[in-house]
Amino acid sequence: MSFHPDRGVEPPAAPPGEPVHWLVRAGTVRGLWIGFAVVLAALVLGDFLIHPHAGFGIDGTFGFYAWYGLGACVAMVLFAKGLGVFLKRRDTYYDEDRDGDD
Amino acid sequence: MIDFPPGLVLVFGGFVLPFAPPRARAALLLALPAAALALVWTLPDGAAAAWPVHGYELSPVKVDALGRLFATIFAIMSFAGALFALNQARTLELACAFIYAGSAIGVALAGDLLTLFVFWELMALASTGVLLAAGGDGAFRAAGRYFVVHMLGGAFLMAGVLLHVSQTGSLAFTAMEADSWSTWLMLAGVLVNAAAPPLSAWLADAYPEASWSGMVFLSAFTTKAAVYVLIRGFPGTEALVWLGLFMIFYGIIYALLENDMRRILAYSIVNQVGFMVAGVGIGTEMALNGAAAHAFTHIIYKALLLMSAGSVLYMTGRRKCTDLGGLFRTMPLTTLCGTVGALSISSFPLTSGFVSKSMIAQAATDETLAIVWFLLMAASAGVFLHAGIKFPWFVFFQKDSGLRPPDPPWNMRAAMLAFAALCIGIGIWPEPLYRLLPFPVDYAPYTAPHVVNALQLLLFSGLAFFLLLPLMQRTLTITLDVDRLWRAGSGALSAAGLASRVLAPIPAGRTRVRARAARAAHAVLHPFRPEGVLAAAPSIGTMVRNVLIALLLALVLGFLATRDTAGAGPGARADVAQDNPPTTSERYP
Repeated sequence: MSFHPDRGVEPPAAPPGEPVHWLVRAGTVRGLWIGFAVVLAALVLGDFLIHPHAGFGIDGTFGFYAWYGLGACVAMVLFAKGLGVFLKRRDTYYDEDRDGDD
Repeated sequence: MIDFPPGLVLVFGGFVLPFAPPRARAALLLALPAAALALVWTLPDGAAAAWPVHGYELSPVKVDALGRLFATIFAIMSFAGALFALNQARTLELACAFIYAGSAIGVALAGDLLTLFVFWELMALASTGVLLAAGGDGAFRAAGRYFVVHMLGGAFLMAGVLLHVSQTGSLAFTAMEADSWSTWLMLAGVLVNAAAPPLSAWLADAYPEASWSGMVFLSAFTTKAAVYVLIRGFPGTEALVWLGLFMIFYGIIYALLENDMRRILAYSIVNQVGFMVAGVGIGTEMALNGAAAHAFTHIIYKALLLMSAGSVLYMTGRRKCTDLGGLFRTMPLTTLCGTVGALSISSFPLTSGFVSKSMIAQAATDETLAIVWFLLMAASAGVFLHAGIKFPWFVFFQKDSGLRPPDPPWNMRAAMLAFAALCIGIGIWPEPLYRLLPFPVDYAPYTAPHVVNALQLLLFSGLAFFLLLPLMQRTLTITLDVDRLWRAGSGALSAAGLASRVLAPIPAGRTRVRARAARAAHAVLHPFRPEGVLAAAPSIGTMVRNVLIALLLALVLGFLATRDTAGAGPGARADVAQDNPPTTSERYP
């Protein structure tokens, strides 16, 4: 290995004029979204094919895991955002403090 | 052979490593964990060493299914970790990592509380060494904070063990009820190592300061050894259900706010250990099997995730999501292995996490614990959100950072491939793992409803991630935790905070008194500085005074102690012994 952070040598950067990788082209990304939507729809429709053995009633209803997963994630992201308002600090927060301490 | 704890192979090996020439060191790094694993598996079931010491019975090795399961995964982990770290030039780190891993195996096979405690403390010492070996001011300070927290936990454990022995007269390590001071203290000591609240912050504070290979070792042993002790010592303790659920959501929320790639993974360790702690709290055979199986699979996929993060750190020297991204172009193998780890931690079908975590949820269903089950399901969705997508997305995809590092050296690639193969192998063929579990397994993970439900939950969490991506953009921030109390200059438990507390009652006009108080406070709060109480050279007069005070104290304490044992002592002890007969639960015969 010619470079490595322990020796303080920077990793190589993208060469100038490098073509856009096929995976991140707009067309590919659109295709991925369409494929994702199809899979999601198929999974929800899959509820028709299985015989759920519900433990608590509501978890046996149609599409429960889909809306519950989506809703839980939205709730957690929003809660984290709200908590961040109070608890987020610059990532040099403790370093600045230390200068005053010593 | 039964008298020889297999973990000592690694402990002694760790002391030899620094003195071995490079080639021999590489050979030892791979041979010692293999030897330890072989020794673990040659010990017959139910075997136990017995050393009588001063009327107590020590059993440094005791083998049953649970102990063997944890010893096995600790040995496998040290092998893969050593392979990953073959090109680590910090010999101190490797030596400490082996002592650390060996002590973890020692904990897993300890038959009595004293042996357990000795290996427990050795783990704390050696893991601090792993942190220190990273070098630099940040690692040094983090190691100091880590050490203090673990010494506190160790003190709780020691006090609990001593009290327990004095009350029951037995050193045996069996299932206990958390219903007395002795068991509460032991439980508190173990929970500190499990990163349970209120002291969860040590993990995300210290681990990400380790080297690129150091954190791979650190992620595996301390918290999982604590889970092992909880499974054997405190199954069915209801409080653990709620502590575990708190850890689960704490890990998710803090990881969502985090920018450092390895700190995201550190918070997700707390999250995953939360699932295990909750499982221990539920306490049925299904739940304990689930907690044990999840510890086993978690060690593999978490190490895999940290190996991929370690490879990125090794090849780029960068650790923040804001500096990374787009690495899939030139690090395809690291991306692939990191993604396998991310899918496993999210319990995707056909990965190891699916066959282990679902047992804990199943146990909640069997016991009709509705609230627990709904929270566990929400948490499963959250794991995919904070670790399953967030980590690979921000490190390997998202915006292009312009960095084009290649994949890491062969040994690091081999270690990642081996653990990625294990993640998928266990996911497809769970039976060998199920056979290692402490109780017979009557559970089929791959039924049509299980798979469809899990995929729905996970992929719709994925949808939530990409819909909310504007809210998830990384910022150059950290998130405050309980450790602000002693880390920040204005924290109530920090040196500066305590000093200001001392000066507060002295009137502002008394400048000379204030100056003397400030000097005294400084000397006490920074004892090892040149002007500190423990480093400054005392005069002979001071020493004589201190010795006199110490002797006087010893005299008074000795007098009190003899009076206690001569008077009410024995009677009281007999009463206690009757109230708390030695726990001889037969859960783990």
